[in-house]
Amino acid sequence: MYKIAIIGAGITGSSIARVMSRYKNLEILLIEKEIDVGWGATKANTGIIHPGHEDDPEIYPLRAELCVKGNRIWHEWSEELDIPVRWPGELMIAKDEEELDTLKKYRDIGKRNGVPELRIIGKEELRELEAMVNKEAEFALWAPTAGVIAPWEAVIALVENAVDNGVKSHLNTEVEDISVEDGKVSSVVTEKGEIEVDIVINAAGLFADEISKMIGVEDFEITPRKGQYFLFDEEVKKKPSKIIHPTPTAKTKGVYAVQTVEGNLMLGPTAEDLDKGCKDERSTTEEGLEIIWEHSKELLQDLPGKERVSKTFAGLRPEPPEGRYRIESIDDVFGFVNVAGIRSPGLTAAPAIAHRVRDILIEDLSIDLIKEGEWKAEREGIARLSDHKDMRKQKMIEKNSDYGRVVCMCKEVTKAEVLEAVDRIKKIGGKVTLDNVKFRTLALFGFCQGSYCRARIAEILSEELDVPMWDLEVRGEGTEYGIGDVKALQSSEEER
Amino acid sequence: MSEKIVCIMCPFGCEIEAEVKEGELVEIEGHGCEDGKEYAEQELASPKRIVMSVVECKDGNFPTVSVKTSQPVDKKEIEDVMGALSDIEVQAPVKTGEIILKNVCNLGIDVVATRSVKKVQD
Amino acid sequence: MKKEYDCVVIGAGAAGIAAAVRFKELGLEVLMIESKKRSGGIPMQCTHPGFGNFYYDENLTGAEFAERLLDKLEKEDVESITEAHVSSIEYVSDLKKKVEVISPDGIFSLDTKTIIYSTGARERHRFETGIQGDRLSGVYTAGEAQTLMDIYGVMPGKRVIIVGSGDIGLIMARRFALENAKVLGVIEMQPFPGGLTRNVVQCLHDFDIPLYTQKIVKEICGEKRVERVLTAEVDDEMEIVPGSEEVIECDTVALATGLIPYTKILDGMEAEVIMDPVTRGPKVNDYLETSVPGIFAAGNVLTINDYVDFAAYQGEKAAESAEKFVKNDGIPSKDWIEIIRGRNVRSVVPHYISDDDEVTLYVRVKRPEPEVDVIIKESQKKIKTTSVNPGEMLRLNISEEELVGLENEMTLEVKR
Repeated sequence: MYKIAIIGAGITGSSIARVMSRYKNLEILLIEKEIDVGWGATKANTGIIHPGHEDDPEIYPLRAELCVKGNRIWHEWSEELDIPVRWPGELMIAKDEEELDTLKKYRDIGKRNGVPELRIIGKEELRELEAMVNKEAEFALWAPTAGVIAPWEAVIALVENAVDNGVKSHLNTEVEDISVEDGKVSSVVTEKGEIEVDIVINAAGLFADEISKMIGVEDFEITPRKGQYFLFDEEVKKKPSKIIHPTPTAKTKGVYAVQTVEGNLMLGPTAEDLDKGCKDERSTTEEGLEIIWEHSKELLQDLPGKERVSKTFAGLRPEPPEGRYRIESIDDVFGFVNVAGIRSPGLTAAPAIAHRVRDILIEDLSIDLIKEGEWKAEREGIARLSDHKDMRKQKMIEKNSDYGRVVCMCKEVTKAEVLEAVDRIKKIGGKVTLDNVKFRTLALFGFCQGSYCRARIAEILSEELDVPMWDLEVRGEGTEYGIGDVKALQSSEEER
Repeated sequence: MSEKIVCIMCPFGCEIEAEVKEGELVEIEGHGCEDGKEYAEQELASPKRIVMSVVECKDGNFPTVSVKTSQPVDKKEIEDVMGALSDIEVQAPVKTGEIILKNVCNLGIDVVATRSVKKVQD
Repeated sequence: MKKEYDCVVIGAGAAGIAAAVRFKELGLEVLMIESKKRSGGIPMQCTHPGFGNFYYDENLTGAEFAERLLDKLEKEDVESITEAHVSSIEYVSDLKKKVEVISPDGIFSLDTKTIIYSTGARERHRFETGIQGDRLSGVYTAGEAQTLMDIYGVMPGKRVIIVGSGDIGLIMARRFALENAKVLGVIEMQPFPGGLTRNVVQCLHDFDIPLYTQKIVKEICGEKRVERVLTAEVDDEMEIVPGSEEVIECDTVALATGLIPYTKILDGMEAEVIMDPVTRGPKVNDYLETSVPGIFAAGNVLTINDYVDFAAYQGEKAAESAEKFVKNDGIPSKDWIEIIRGRNVRSVVPHYISDDDEVTLYVRVKRPEPEVDVIIKESQKKIKTTSVNPGEMLRLNISEEELVGLENEMTLEVKR
């Protein structure tokens, strides 16, 4: 029996957890410092499953290989794990002959990487495929195998499935140190206590360099790279059906115009490198958003009015030195595996990265993995009333009248779904807050952004958790919804 | 000396001009009704306001009941009145118009409910 | 509950309740549907007066006003259901609409001849206002803060910045101050306050709350909860004045930057409901009928009203029109006069009027101007002489005589 600690429950760590949960001679702990899964880089990115034609295998062999493999695996995983996904395909557009040469370069890279169905198309076919594309686009590299997925839905699904298969999740638990004895990993020290382990897999995203330092491997630094986004309301009609982006640079794939899996137009990201001390800096800026706006004008014919912006947000990506993935065991410290610097195409590559880590355990660490007979490949997401037809809706309500209580009008989220979200958060050891209920139900995601429904949802959570409404957290400690009851600032000293 | 007062008695907000000579009110004009004239006179002499807030309510279909003072109180008493409201708690059921607190802060003015609250069986 | 109605009223706020009561008084079958657990709409959470000045000739608080309407609803024995959410409307024919409802008792479909759509308005949220920075706790819309304080008894925060000086912003400034929070200021982008002057007096002056005009909040900043806002001055063209940024430390931001009609169900209809891009509500004729025959709109979903009384009047008007519709199998087609917005007119509702009856227009101007004439440009007929400002809606009664001689257009303008 081997005890494995996976540090970081983002898309990488949770994919590893699922893959490793297959083996019955492994006891797996998924350790995450935030109060819920996927709250680092995973939560806020473009959500694209890349085809894999953008990474030159000579410069980025891991990225190239794992992206193409991962893309294929997501077809299976999204079905097995009930994760909403669409496969619209992607257009890298070019305005002139010079850019056409760049398209050809990427087509050739794609061919070498084994990306299927990749080809260059001309103006006419481009217009037919995507009516919203900018009029100045003359050519495009058409990659039909690109998909869109909601990354937080994916990570939640993965962790639920892993926990279902015996993985123990320790959320809201920060790793402070890793003990090494006789050249072997011996334990993980967290703020909640010390846990003896045989293997540590470092999937700590933005903090992977800090974890790696704990065992003495200090030769890389993770740079937080900020990406800002615009998200428009779902009624906006001017949105492309295909993913559109310009020719990439070494730094970034560029600004995307994409219709999310929920059907909202999203524009972004920027690529702003921050100081390595700024791993929590996710503010949006007028300047950054202007850059996206300007670039987006080159992708689409027409942009919707700014009054249709539903949300602006920013996420951070963990950029490693020279953009190279570090997926490797460490010679001097037996049992430690770095899975660091998982920047784009990290989301796409995650399933393949998980398989690679398994292979490292088998080959480099000589661990014999014995398959579990009773492993559950499947997991079902929260049933949403709004996803179903009338007859099914009726049955759902007859079984549970809370499915007939709509609490979020914009997204038609019912009380039953809110309560189920609470259960599911608790099941994976997370802390129930307004934000993680939001991510599991889509409440607060709609037109009103919570101005109608946040108080109502807080009322339900307050009742369910037996906690006063003002003590509910929006997104973790220090983010309480209120400061006390309405008379809190008037109460005399003795009463408080 | 001329003072401009915006009447707050109703949403019309008439702009009233009051002529004051040696501390005495000499003339008033611009008011749209008698209430407004009285308001302007009062405002110059000793400004008063109706205080509106909520009070905690137990066992009702609302956790609070909205209240107001039945008469305007001196502006300088507002803080004390609010303090008094924070110390009390009512029990459902409550009817609009019901007296919640008699003679608040000994001002000879009652606090009444402005919203009904039904009793809820747990 | 029946399977067929003469009228279904969607939304039980002031407009909806007034409409349902009126329709029942006129002797027809009506059902009022409300999504929340309780009827009464936003007025129920308003502790301040300013309601009923026209409708009841009394100065009532919001809840008192709402309760009077609800009492009438009960007395007239109007059928109504709560915690029932309308998920779609289908236009089948002029005299038949299908309304799909989700409720704890199940999914059901109702047939109705007419619909009065009175779902009110939602609040403009921070992303629509373009406020950047961090996404933190401590940011509320003003209405949400009011719901928290005056329905749920929750205190949102203690050092507050209010964004927007319309009536809602001013009232919430006072509300926070009354409960002993420190209101650091009301930030207004226009050079003048947005709400009624009397509210500026009794909400800001009374509590020494500063009003900052020609200022915006650029960013909200902090680590977990709001810690400060970054403001900037704007000029007359709404452009940021460079170098004018200032930090105000606070822990709560309440946004009162405007209301937007909540037209989700109308937008989702297959039959197109023509919208007014300025009001963002449906275009209507003077029966308050939308472009879909038999579907009427009233209250804040039609146009943002300053006085809840007006919402109630619109509800009544919609009910009277719906009754005519049912009795005559439709509104008799008219020669409609399209209303054109002239000088300094921002919005006018209704958008089309007939010339054979007097009509009430609800008008908003773009800029404040003292002592002006509101006139019909084509005939130069003067409708009203008054001071105008964007924060105060004009309710203009236009008589039949004043409409004589107009062809198919009428331009309403503000003349100095």
